[in-house]
Amino acid sequence: MADDQTPSWFRPSRRQVLSLIGASSAGLVVPGLFGRGEAWAAKPAKPTGQVIVGFSQEPTVFNPHLLHIEVDEGIHFSVFDPLFFIDEKGEFQPGLATEVPTIDNGGISEDGLHWKIKLRDGVKWHDGKPFTAEDVKFTLELLVDPNFKSWRRDGHNLVENLTVVSPTELTFDLKTPYAPYSSILAATFIVPKHSFEGVDPNNAPFNNAPIGTGPFKWVERMAGDHITLAANDGYFGDGPYLERLIYKYIPDLTVLYTQFKTGDIDVVGVQWISPDKYQEAKDLPGKVVTVVPMGTVESFTFNMARPQFQDQKVREALYYALDKKTIIDALYYGLPTPTETYMPQQSAYYNADLPKHEYDPEKAKSLLDEAGWKPGSDGIREKDGVRLAFTNSTTAGNHIREQAQQFIQQSFKDIGVDMQISNLPPAVMWGDYWMQSKFDSVVVGIDFLTGADPDVSTYLSPTAIPAKGGGGQNTWEYESAEVGKLLKEGGTSFDTKVRKAAYLKLQEVVRHDLPFLPIFQYAAVRGHKNGIEDVIPNINVRIDTWNVGGWYWDQ
Amino acid sequence: MVRFLLGRLWQSLVLLVIVSVIGFFVLNLAPGGPLSQFALTPGMSDAQLARIAHQMGLDRPLPVQYWEWFTRLLQGDWGRSYRDNQPVLTVIWSHLLATLLLMGTSTVISVLIGTWVGVLGALRRYSVFDYAATVGAMVALSIPTFWFGLIAIYLFSLRLGWLPAGNMYTIGDGSLLDYAVHLIMPSVVLALVNVAVWSRYMRTAVLDVMTQDFIRTAKAKGLTRTAVLTRHILRNALVPMVTLLGLQLPTILGGALVTETVFTWPGMGRLFLDSLGYSDYPVVMGLLMLSAILVLIGNLLADIVVAVIDPRIRLG
Repeated sequence: MADDQTPSWFRPSRRQVLSLIGASSAGLVVPGLFGRGEAWAAKPAKPTGQVIVGFSQEPTVFNPHLLHIEVDEGIHFSVFDPLFFIDEKGEFQPGLATEVPTIDNGGISEDGLHWKIKLRDGVKWHDGKPFTAEDVKFTLELLVDPNFKSWRRDGHNLVENLTVVSPTELTFDLKTPYAPYSSILAATFIVPKHSFEGVDPNNAPFNNAPIGTGPFKWVERMAGDHITLAANDGYFGDGPYLERLIYKYIPDLTVLYTQFKTGDIDVVGVQWISPDKYQEAKDLPGKVVTVVPMGTVESFTFNMARPQFQDQKVREALYYALDKKTIIDALYYGLPTPTETYMPQQSAYYNADLPKHEYDPEKAKSLLDEAGWKPGSDGIREKDGVRLAFTNSTTAGNHIREQAQQFIQQSFKDIGVDMQISNLPPAVMWGDYWMQSKFDSVVVGIDFLTGADPDVSTYLSPTAIPAKGGGGQNTWEYESAEVGKLLKEGGTSFDTKVRKAAYLKLQEVVRHDLPFLPIFQYAAVRGHKNGIEDVIPNINVRIDTWNVGGWYWDQ
Repeated sequence: MVRFLLGRLWQSLVLLVIVSVIGFFVLNLAPGGPLSQFALTPGMSDAQLARIAHQMGLDRPLPVQYWEWFTRLLQGDWGRSYRDNQPVLTVIWSHLLATLLLMGTSTVISVLIGTWVGVLGALRRYSVFDYAATVGAMVALSIPTFWFGLIAIYLFSLRLGWLPAGNMYTIGDGSLLDYAVHLIMPSVVLALVNVAVWSRYMRTAVLDVMTQDFIRTAKAKGLTRTAVLTRHILRNALVPMVTLLGLQLPTILGGALVTETVFTWPGMGRLFLDSLGYSDYPVVMGLLMLSAILVLIGNLLADIVVAVIDPRIRLG
C-alpha cells in the first residue's frame, strides 16, 4: 500500500491479520510491548467496559471481499476470522482452521500443489447458524466470481478442484506452486454462505450488516459518525474482553489528536498522531504514546526507461548526493528509520548486511565525471546529447514530502543535475501517470509486501511492467533477469531456507541496481489510554485493531 | 398566483436539467475517478480495476452514462453510493437531521441576535454600541471558522473542561441534555459569522427605512417610538431580510463544511467533502441536485413571503 488521497504525510503500511485468538494458541500470548508484562494483568472474566477507537477515514465497506480501503479492515478484523492469521512476529496462528497447513504437517503436499484445510468444529456465526467448510468454499469462490467487485483475485485465481470433504475439512489444488498463498489466505476473512443465497453479492443486505464469527458482533452504523460493535459471547478464541467496541470517524487529524487528549476517544487509529505533535504527545498524562515502525518505504523512484537513468553510475551518484539524515531529522521529526531496501526491517527476510548509504556530494561529482557526464554551458551535466535533467513528481498537497523534494532538488543541483518539480493531484498521480510509467522520477511511499510474505513480484518482476503490457506495478520499468529468477525461486518454494536465501540475494541485487533510491521506512505515532492492555502493533497487517478481540481494561 | 407558480415550475425544471448536465460533466471530466484510489492496493492489478470499472459502467462514453443516470432519476432512482453502496437518498437522509439540528439552531441564534444588534446599531447610529458592533462584525467576518472553532475547543474543552470537544452526542447517552450540551459550541461558532452578516444587513435596512418619508409622517402624527419601530420601521426593514433567509435555505440544509469537520458533526457538509474526495459521483450528483432544488424553492418561498408581507408586491 502506499500513497494516496490522505492529507497525512504517511500512509499506513500493510500488515495483515490476527493473532492471539484461538484457544489452541492460548499458550502463545505475548507480553504487551508497553509498560509492564500486561499479559499477566487480570483479564476480566466477562466482557467489561467499552473502547472507542478514532479513525481519520470512515469505514464504509463491511463485506471484506469488496473493493475497500485499509480502514475498513478495522471492522473486518473485529467481526470476521480468517482460516489462520499472522501475529506480530510474522508467524501464522490458527483461526477458523485447527492448524496452519504446512508441508511438515501434511496440510500442503511436497510439490505445493495440494492443500488440505481442517476446520474448527462447533463454531457459530453471529446469527447462530453453524460454520462449515461450505462457507470457506463459498468465500474462495466469491473472490474470483467475475460478477463480483472483488478486491483481490491474485492468488485465489490459482485455486481449482475446491472440494468439501466434510463439514470440517476441505481440499483444493493450486495450478502452480505459489508460496505467498498462505499469506493471502491469512488476509482472507471467511463470510457466511447463507447470507448470499439468492441475492447479488454486490448488493447483499449482508454488506451493510455483516455477520461473522469474530470476537465482536455488528450492532449499528451511524453514517458519517461511528460504528458500534458488541461482544460475541460465544467466540471460540481468546476474548472478547470488552462489552462494546466503537469505531469513531474523526476526519481531521488535529481534531483526532484533540479528542485523544480530552479523552473522547481511547485509541488513536489511522492516521494516528501527526509527527509534529509527537514531542507533546509522549508526555501526555494517562496516555501511552509510542513510535511504531510501519511497512511503508519512502523512495526516490526512477523511470529506468528514460535515457538519463540508463547509466548505473548516474543512479549511484544521485544516491550519494541524497542527504537522508537531514530529510529525516529536519522534515520528518527524526521518526522514520533510514533504510537500504524495500523490505521492512522487522521482517524475518530483511537483509541487514546491505552496503550502507553515505552522503558524499564530492563522490557523486567524481562518479559523474568518470562516467563522462560533463557540465554544459549552463552547469548542467550532459553526455552524448542527453542532459542530466528530469522532472520529479509526487502527490500535490503532501507538504512535508514537497519540502523534501525541494531539498533534494537543491542537493542535485549542487552536483550539476537539474530536477524540476511537477506535482499532481492524487487522482491523476496514481492513475495512468504512475501505472503507465509516464513520469521521469517520483517520490513515493510503498509497502511492497502482501502481509508478511516476502514476495515482491508485483513490483519488481520483469514481467510486471504495465507500460510494456505486464500485469503488475513495476512502474520503474526495472528489467532484471536475475531478479526474475530469484522471484521465481522464492515464490515457488515452500522451504523457508530456500526462500530466505532467494529474498536476501534479491535485496542485494536491487540495492546494487538502484531502480529506486531507498530513503527511509516510515513510523507512526500511536497512542492509547493508560489501562487498555494488549494493544500490540503488528507490521504484518494493515490496521491497528488486528487483535482487538484480546484488548482489555486492566482492572 | 397559479400562473406565476406554473411559470416558475417550468423555469425551474429547465434550470435543473441544465445544472445536472453541467454538474455531471464537470464532475466526470475531473481527473481520476472512483477507482484511482485503489491503484496502489496490495494485490490489485490493472486488469481487475478495469473489470470493476466495466461492471460499474464507468468505461462507457459520458453522454451514455449521463442519459442512464438521468432516466433513472426521472423514475425516482437516485442511484447508489460508490462508498457504502446505500441508495443515495438514504445516505443523504442519514446526514440531513444532523445538519438541520446544527444549522437550524445556529440560524435561529444568528437571526435573533443579528436582528437585535442591527436594529440597535441603526437606532443609535455612531454610538459606542454601534462602533463596537461594526468592529465586532468585521473581526468575526475575518476570523476563519476553523480557527475560531479550534480556539473554542482549546479554551472550553481542553482548558476549562466545560464543554465536549466535538461530536453530536456521547455514544451510549444521547439524551436531550446531552445533545444540547454538544450543540452549544458548534452552533455558536457558526452563528458568530452569521450574526455579523445579519446585523450588517439589518443595520443598513433599518437606516434605509428610517430616512423614508412615511416614517417622518408616522412620527409627525404622534405615534410612539415603539409603534414607529415595530409597525413601520421593522416591518419594512424585514422585507429584504426574508429574501435573504430564503436564499439561506440551501445553505442551512447544505451544512457547514468547516464547522462540521472541526466538531466532528456527521452532517451534509462532511458528506459532501467525503463524497467528493472519494469521487462518489452518485452522492455528489444527488447533493448537487438537492441543493439546486433548494435554491429554487428558497427563492420561490422568499418571493411568496415577501408578497404576503409587502402589499405593494403582486405576484402574477
